[in-house]
Amino acid sequence: MVEEQDKILEEVTGSEYKYGFVTNIETETIPKGLNEDVIRMIWEKKGEPDWMLEFRLKAYRHWQTMEMPQWAHLQIPEIDYQDIIYYAAPRQKASPASLDEIDPEIKATFDKLGIPLDEQKVLSGVAVDAVMDSTSVKTTFRETLAEQGIIFCSMSEAIREHPDLVRKYLASVVPVTDNYFAALNSAVFSDGSFCYIPKGVRCPMELSTYFRINASNTGQFERTLIVADDDSYVSYLEGCTAPMRDENQLHAAVVEIVALENAEVKYSTVQNWYPGDKDGKGGIYNFVTKRGICQGKNSKISWTQVETGSAITWKYPSCILLGDNSYGEFYSVAVTNNRQQADTGTKMIHIGKNTRSRIVSKGISAGFSNNSYRGLVKVLKGAENARNFSQCDSLLLGDKCGAHTFPYLEVDNPTAIVEHEATTSKIGEDQIFYCNQRGLSTEDAVGLIINGYAKEVLNKLPMEFAVEAQKLLQISLEGSVG
Amino acid sequence: MLVIKDLHAKINDKEILKGINLEVKAGEVHAIMGPNGSGKSTLASVLTGRELVEVTQGAITFNGKDLLEMAPEIRAREGIFLSFQYPVEIPGVSMVNFMKAAVNEHRKYRGLEPLTASDFLKLMRERKELVEIDSALTNRSVNEGFSGGEKKKNEIFQMAMLEPKLAILDETDSGLDIDALRVVANGVNKLKRPDNAVIVITHYQRLLDYIVPDYVHILYNGRIVKSAGKELALELEEKGYDWIKNGENA
Ligand SMILES: Nc1ncnc2c1ncn2[C@@H]1O[C@H](COP(=O)(O)OP(=O)(O)OP(=O)(O)O)[C@@H](O)[C@H]1O
Ligand SMILES: [Mg+2]
Repeated sequence: MVEEQDKILEEVTGSEYKYGFVTNIETETIPKGLNEDVIRMIWEKKGEPDWMLEFRLKAYRHWQTMEMPQWAHLQIPEIDYQDIIYYAAPRQKASPASLDEIDPEIKATFDKLGIPLDEQKVLSGVAVDAVMDSTSVKTTFRETLAEQGIIFCSMSEAIREHPDLVRKYLASVVPVTDNYFAALNSAVFSDGSFCYIPKGVRCPMELSTYFRINASNTGQFERTLIVADDDSYVSYLEGCTAPMRDENQLHAAVVEIVALENAEVKYSTVQNWYPGDKDGKGGIYNFVTKRGICQGKNSKISWTQVETGSAITWKYPSCILLGDNSYGEFYSVAVTNNRQQADTGTKMIHIGKNTRSRIVSKGISAGFSNNSYRGLVKVLKGAENARNFSQCDSLLLGDKCGAHTFPYLEVDNPTAIVEHEATTSKIGEDQIFYCNQRGLSTEDAVGLIINGYAKEVLNKLPMEFAVEAQKLLQISLEGSVG
Repeated sequence: MLVIKDLHAKINDKEILKGINLEVKAGEVHAIMGPNGSGKSTLASVLTGRELVEVTQGAITFNGKDLLEMAPEIRAREGIFLSFQYPVEIPGVSMVNFMKAAVNEHRKYRGLEPLTASDFLKLMRERKELVEIDSALTNRSVNEGFSGGEKKKNEIFQMAMLEPKLAILDETDSGLDIDALRVVANGVNKLKRPDNAVIVITHYQRLLDYIVPDYVHILYNGRIVKSAGKELALELEEKGYDWIKNGENA
């Protein structure tokens, strides 16, 4: 038994990261370092209005008064914020009117990632905003969507073309002073996606943003804002990858969602940033603030995430349940292997009456990794009849990894019912053997077993993503059981 | 088909099998009986390649190939099937996906294309009828929440799906009600062909009333101490194991 375990651990090699290639394109970068001049430079490059400079500087000045948070169950090496490049963009026209204006290398990159920018080739029913380093390179299906009044474009463009909407909602859910990384993002964010669904419109296709880090020594700071007006619906997907590099790269994004009356937003992420090599060298630091507000009555926000990448993940997609009868969901699978660390979970803030929330978190740890669930369920005084159910499961592969659960409850209304269940299990040698005996290799057996374990979450993903995510889960654990 | 020569095996440094010799030919049914803890399941583990058990001496060939050299999944694809004494649950993995993966691995090994979804479902339907298993079971996750008897039925269903050359049934009768016992035994009989073989591990004659063995072996304390025809099982039923045990000691 002991030998078996040792062998399992020895074979923890972490498979080749499939997306680790570098695209050879001319990149425009600004010098390393962060100060007010750098922020002005970014602002100028983006050709933004004056209010954005104020916004950025206010955030920057506040950020300088803050300290990096230490409460997470993470060991984060000192980050030298002066050693990062805050703006890197493939050299091309800002908003290419047609596909021909996009650098063929960039097109090839996204093709290779399975995200063709050519609308003819795209999976039907998915519109993509493709972001490389600091800029959006192409948003597909914009015209089709515009016919229904849906705005789907890069954040830079939204700031220029739809300033009223952006000003109204930007930082309305995540204030610039919210936390260290959100403040940093607000100061330097360079692009991201903006999406507005007008009243009564059901968005006819999945909207998605694909983030790609390419340049070295850069940080990626993107900003996404989704506004779903009354009685609207949208399903949004986010995917991300980065080249394999020995250095750590910082990714500090902010995503804000606003759901008005009866609106529903589904936000799904498949996070596959480069996790570093098996000894923990390199990889992305993924420090992300994601928050949605169910502002209107009967509104609904649903977060689904499959987290397999990044060296360090610090991420708590949350819902503020303000509107009466609103509903928040968080479905998560987080995989850590080798030396990866993840501290992830959610916050459900019940403010309105009859608000409900559901949390399903499935952690999978292998190798020497550490995987923590951290969740807060807060029920305010006025939240009559609030309901929450939380299920937090951890699955361990091997005995050198760790799984931790930190559930916090703050309930200020006696009519609230809050339930929490947690389990920790090990992937059984007997389960693997059972599969072997039916002719399946150990690798396939592990894939099958973890996909079964994570099924409740995977089922929440849109079809096209679910298949990808299943493969990804298996790949990220390849070699972790022998 | 299967030739076991002087097999010794240990678990955690404790010798469990102490020199087993056994030959199973195509078309034969062998029953292995013996008191609790005598090593019957351990023998099944050795045949299927469970790492827990370490073979210290002896040799096993399966259709002329060295079985001990093969990884467990290869043995399975070569046609060895074990109906587990204690089938495990695999939560969240649907029977359909599980069987599809298994069947297609077997096919790949034989150089065949994977079955199409509709052919696969057709095969499932056919085999379900053969072992009279309820659709409700095959629509669930592998063994999850199955009753003891349902798990055993599910093992035989999987056997029907995979059509092994050598099936080892480890106490498949335990936990089955009288009707289920008959159904399961009938299923096994229907799958019986001149080119395959079955090893039935059991404590009771009742299963052997249906699956009639050509040979009955008594495994005691890591050795096969007696082999005979089907009448040996009846004799055991009548006399118990004392005469064997005493015989050993004498
Ligand atoms: N995992 C294990 N660790 C330690 N000892 C074991 C293990 N598995 C089996 N054994 C021991 O090996 C011996 C043989 O066990 P085995 O399961 O083969 O018996 P069996 O003949 O199948 O018995 P039963 O009729 O009760 O099923 C027993 O003494 C048992 O305790
Ligand atoms: Mg046994």
